[in-house]
Amino acid sequence: MARGRMNWLKLFSTAVFVFLYLPLLIVVVYSFNDSKLNAEWVGFTLKWYGVLFDDTEMLTAARNSLLIATFSAAVAALLGTLAGMAMSRLRLRLLPALVLAPVAMPDILLGVSLLILFIMLNISLGLVSVILAHITFCIGYVALSVQARMGSMDDSLIEAARDLGASPWQAFSRITLPLLAPGIIAGALMAFTLSIDDFVVTFFTAGVGSSTLPLQIYSMVKIAVTPEVNAISTLLMVVTLLLVTLASRFNKHALRGTI
Amino acid sequence: MGRWSRQLLTLPPTIYLLIFFAIPTVIMLFASFRFPGDYGGLAPWYSIEDGSYAFDLTWENWQRLFESTIYLELFVKSLGYAVITTAICLLLGYPLALMVSRSEKKRRDLLLLLIILPFWSNFLVRIYAWMIIFSPTGALTMAVNSLLDLFGIAPVSLMYSPTAVIVCMVYVHLPFMVLPLYANLEKHDPALLDAASDLGASGWQRFWRVTWPLSLPGVYAGSILVFIPVLGMFAIPDLLGGTNAIMIGNVIKQQFIESRDWPFGSVLSIMLTIATIALVWLGTRSGHRVKHG
Repeated sequence: MARGRMNWLKLFSTAVFVFLYLPLLIVVVYSFNDSKLNAEWVGFTLKWYGVLFDDTEMLTAARNSLLIATFSAAVAALLGTLAGMAMSRLRLRLLPALVLAPVAMPDILLGVSLLILFIMLNISLGLVSVILAHITFCIGYVALSVQARMGSMDDSLIEAARDLGASPWQAFSRITLPLLAPGIIAGALMAFTLSIDDFVVTFFTAGVGSSTLPLQIYSMVKIAVTPEVNAISTLLMVVTLLLVTLASRFNKHALRGTI
Repeated sequence: MGRWSRQLLTLPPTIYLLIFFAIPTVIMLFASFRFPGDYGGLAPWYSIEDGSYAFDLTWENWQRLFESTIYLELFVKSLGYAVITTAICLLLGYPLALMVSRSEKKRRDLLLLLIILPFWSNFLVRIYAWMIIFSPTGALTMAVNSLLDLFGIAPVSLMYSPTAVIVCMVYVHLPFMVLPLYANLEKHDPALLDAASDLGASGWQRFWRVTWPLSLPGVYAGSILVFIPVLGMFAIPDLLGGTNAIMIGNVIKQQFIESRDWPFGSVLSIMLTIATIALVWLGTRSGHRVKHG
């Protein structure tokens, strides 16, 4: 009886896995198809990747995406580390709410409220506004990663360092920081990935000339479905996969971090 | 480190998030009571021409929300989409989470990884994948239609339909449902199920009387994680729904980008904020009640 039910569960789960992977597989397969339409299989080609590397708009968008993700992840790593340390050591009420709310709210709300703020403050919409916006939702992920790392840290190590005559700064830079490093790196890599992935917040805070890869994909698929989008999608999948694998080497829960 | 220097460390992240999260939300609340500008956007609080300040507020934007039933219907419809998506995610995700929690310890990490991996591919790429599948020339539509043709049924098109929107929203949010469910189911003591069968419970009884009630906190957590982002969704209905499946997020986007009526866009955004806070409050409360009887 129990065995029979487990088999049903397995069968059902296999179907769900097909549902999860088939769409992505279709995107990858069609990126090598020698046809303008995502329909019939005509033959193997790499020409859509060639088209991609000749598309200056796409290359600018890729550069913007990398620039934005690097800056956002760096600043979020700094602010998120401070927040994560404070949240694990101090009894705070305001900071945890501020850190988690942007993560919990539908992202369209962060997008439109920042759009109002930037226009009011006369901050022109461009790379800077997008970076400022991305930092806002990235802080939370770094803070949670660092907080978890702090939780598993042995406080007696710092006490021992202080007993042996280390100044507070020495104890921090020689003991706390090296121990926190994996948490910070995992959080920063996650922030980088989420920044590259973000569409909604960027949509509202980007201006002319600060298009990112997701924005570029959006404007392309709005007009027509072309295999060039399959090619950039496949490349993005490979890059994200590498980043996430890297992040999980530093923190084995990094993969699950956002959920 | 001294108490004061510790408190000082909390300042940079607190100030940053106050400026870029808390204050913009408050400004949006004010904006919902302000007038639109001459060229769209918001009427300025400070006039450069005569150096005067203007802080006058109006109820007009909020009145417009209740003037006709269009916007309330829109909210109800968006809630409907969120309910259906959450329900399907639960239906697909629960057996999956149960299967993972009942498989060998060694295989669990791999199975979880397989569930999360698609989530890490770009959000727009995942929507695009369904645009290919649902396109009229796509393999799926062709296959379905040639099958329907055999029975003499007219061809169907799934692109730009509520069905397409719901399928894609389920696809994108499924991991959010599975992970909290798994985290809960994994902790169940197998001895409870053994005890239930010793007492003569059948397979179904053991599920409905033991596993299901114990898993309710996970069900609430997963449902909240799916429901909230779906409620505010605009990209999926925008790309897969066209004009046939419009959600509140689409109208907010339209007010801010196309019509440039920011005060009314703010009204709709504040309504969405209130709905979100109410849902989180309800979710944590029911989760709490289940935990503590």
